Amino acid sequence: MAEKPTLADYPLAETAPDRIRGGRGKALDDLTMEAVLAGDVTVEDLRITAEALAAQAAIARAAGRPTLAENFERGAELVAVPQDLIMETYDMLRPGRVRDRRALMERAELFRRDYGAEEIARFIETAAEFYHRRGLVSD
Amino acid sequence: MEQIPQANRWRRYSDWDDRPLRLDRFAREDPANGFAAFSSPADPRPGLATEAGRVVSMDGVPAHDFDLIDAFIAEYHLDPDVAAEAMAMDSGEVARMLVDMHVPRETLVRLAHGMTPAKLADVVSRLNALEIAFAYAKMRPRKTPGNQAHVTNAKDDPLQLAADAAVAVGFGFDELETTMRVARNAWSNAVACLVGSAVGDWGTLFQCSSEEAEELKIGMAGFTSYAETVSVYGTERTFVDGDDTPWSKAFLVAAYASRGIKARCTSGGGAELLMGYHEAKSLLYLEARCLCLQRGMGVQGTQNGGIDGAPVTASISGGMREIMAENLLAVWLDLECASGNDARPTESEIRVGAKILPYLIAGSDLICSGFGSILKYDNSFNPSLFNGEEMEDFLVLQRDFEADGGLTPLPETKALDLRIRAVEAISAVLEELDLARPTPQMKASVVVASGSRETTTFSPGETARISEAIQTRGIDVLDVIRALHRRGFSPEAENLLRLVKLRVSGDYLQTSAIVRRGRILSAVNDPNDYAGPGSGYRLSDERREEICDIRDTIGQSEVLAAQAMHRRAEARRITYEAKGDAGEGTDPLDVVIGISPAFGLQLFQTTGGLNLSDVLRALIRGVEDGGARPRILRMHHTADTSFLGLTAAQMAGSGYGIGIQAKGTAVIHARGRMPHNNLELFSNAPITTLAHYEQLGRNAASFARGVPPEPVVVPTEGQALGARYHAQVALIHAIETGLTVPDRAPEEIEILFLGQKEKA
Repeated sequence: MAEKPTLADYPLAETAPDRIRGGRGKALDDLTMEAVLAGDVTVEDLRITAEALAAQAAIARAAGRPTLAENFERGAELVAVPQDLIMETYDMLRPGRVRDRRALMERAELFRRDYGAEEIARFIETAAEFYHRRGLVSD
Repeated sequence: MEQIPQANRWRRYSDWDDRPLRLDRFAREDPANGFAAFSSPADPRPGLATEAGRVVSMDGVPAHDFDLIDAFIAEYHLDPDVAAEAMAMDSGEVARMLVDMHVPRETLVRLAHGMTPAKLADVVSRLNALEIAFAYAKMRPRKTPGNQAHVTNAKDDPLQLAADAAVAVGFGFDELETTMRVARNAWSNAVACLVGSAVGDWGTLFQCSSEEAEELKIGMAGFTSYAETVSVYGTERTFVDGDDTPWSKAFLVAAYASRGIKARCTSGGGAELLMGYHEAKSLLYLEARCLCLQRGMGVQGTQNGGIDGAPVTASISGGMREIMAENLLAVWLDLECASGNDARPTESEIRVGAKILPYLIAGSDLICSGFGSILKYDNSFNPSLFNGEEMEDFLVLQRDFEADGGLTPLPETKALDLRIRAVEAISAVLEELDLARPTPQMKASVVVASGSRETTTFSPGETARISEAIQTRGIDVLDVIRALHRRGFSPEAENLLRLVKLRVSGDYLQTSAIVRRGRILSAVNDPNDYAGPGSGYRLSDERREEICDIRDTIGQSEVLAAQAMHRRAEARRITYEAKGDAGEGTDPLDVVIGISPAFGLQLFQTTGGLNLSDVLRALIRGVEDGGARPRILRMHHTADTSFLGLTAAQMAGSGYGIGIQAKGTAVIHARGRMPHNNLELFSNAPITTLAHYEQLGRNAASFARGVPPEPVVVPTEGQALGARYHAQVALIHAIETGLTVPDRAPEEIEILFLGQKEKA
């Protein structure tokens, strides 16, 4: 796919099947039935990558959908985050799970530090700010 | 003593009491208690103030008083570059732009980015129902309409799920959604529906509606391709009561994207009312908040339009219009809209048909966010607006309006083939993965069953064990693909592999994405470009043919074939011997029975299924019994009942005659009357019996004798006889008119009833 895909590159699976890669680096074209039967394909190979999500974000932005693009960018940052951590963080963001703002701020920092997830970190920090204003968390 | 009825009730009200409609309960408007569709005194006036790019007040609420929803909308939805311009516009002017085909969709989408919930609600509330439907057709994101099915059953039976999923795909649904009666059956439901959906075609997206964490896990195993259970609400209390916040839900939406799973949120009018925290606001205003929230979250789409709140919304004045208005808001905000039409909001079939029509003719990304493809009692979400029972009604509505509701008629033999293949495929997977061994009896019962009450299948315990094993053994979609392939279901294995590969590129994460004929169609590469007649979505000739090809249609060949079946039998009962041109009768008791051109020659039964020989015999017997003498003439110059009768009367010595068409329509006429001013008419041939014909003959004789008879009344139950018979009638009548010869004189006919040596 191009460095910064445009609307003309969509759908990526049709325009760049050789360059779209799964979670372990296999190209879309290599995910064949033969490879599946030989046991060379795992569920990890069927996972989307941060690069593909970034490409979809660029396409969404080009299509006039900036908020969708931002969601894809947050998603891109979560690709490498283990499932348990995602579910734990989701739970922390639910009402009444976390009593003080600091726990949320620390979680934001963890995303920033361990996963380079700047957007996610800012998103959690903004949540913490408004949760605090609405009394969902204390200082 | 004669009983005079007491005038305490007009009994029509009792009739009305018995109609299904009266099972629906209607709520009085009561904004203080949340019962207001479009506006409530508690709704804020639209407004927005910003300072240095920051929102300082929105819809009358200063920023420091924002609740979580206000805060989220101000932070993530409102585009400061557009807001000043959009908020300054006159709402009436924007409303007119929505229904102006010359104003492009993009212009309106851009303006929506700068509008607050109260502003958006203020605009759409100015549109009437027709304008909302029109604006919806123009604003929906993807050009090609689609549809979604529920596939569930009361036993969570995997065999039936597979069979029903295959059939749903056969009907053309773009998405399938399942859920369970017993929560822990989620995994077996997912595998069964997925395998069924891979029979016959590929690309139908599938979701398994369950608890959030579990749903994501099932998705991670590759069994599902989308999720739509991310519910959002229009008041903070409802949100928090639902155990979430806008941020937690937005995080979940990003998590789905990170796993390559298509996601949409769910919201619908009435949810806050049902959950008790409506803040006395109107349904539309609260829904506008939900939808701004969703755009702010960056979710590609929404399941919207009443949804579980549809029944309570429909109980309020203007409720159905409100549901349309909230759907319009969704697409105006550029969200894919799975437009409700799921939870059945009424027991009245008339209200059901009225509810669906605007969506059918306007089109929608997914017209139903759950058309019950199974029987009502098998729908684990609760019955839908349309269900398995009413599938053909929907197909016919598509044909009636030449409107694409996303579905295609499925020939009976193909449906059966799909069911057999799907049951075999899921059985192979269950066996191959050592999950269960379905017996031949189980499989056979499921293949033919219309619903789960007819099946002999796994016990609830067995199904739960299958589900548990799938989960605990970590079985994933690749295991299923390999199992299918090993057992010879390689087309299905290939279909599944293609489906799971969708998530690697993420193309189907874009707005309004579905898969058609192996290709992604979304608002990106199939954008709605409606700009008036000739633009936007149009039926191709090929698609029109598909939609119109419903089963059991009739044409001339069917009518002729049906009549030919009776030709031989009639030949054993009656002969019609032509004796040349008829003369005018002189006998004052001469009553002419004028038969039509094709009577007994090409047509042999009335639309009521009576043999023409029997009908003629009844008429003759009646005339004779009434003291007159029947004479049979065949008319060649006309096939019209009135003229058949009038000519018969003119030829009759008595001046009275009977005219009868082969389809059974009959009349008594008298010489000198105006053609359409007959004495008696049987216009409803399908419900006319031999006894009626005999009495008609008797009455004609009575007229001839100068004794005015009591007219024969053919009682009708109010059947829509036109709907039942007019297609045949028109085809039959064309056969009659095809035989007419304008100047040819009536012909004397000698009738011989065979086997009884009876002459007339």
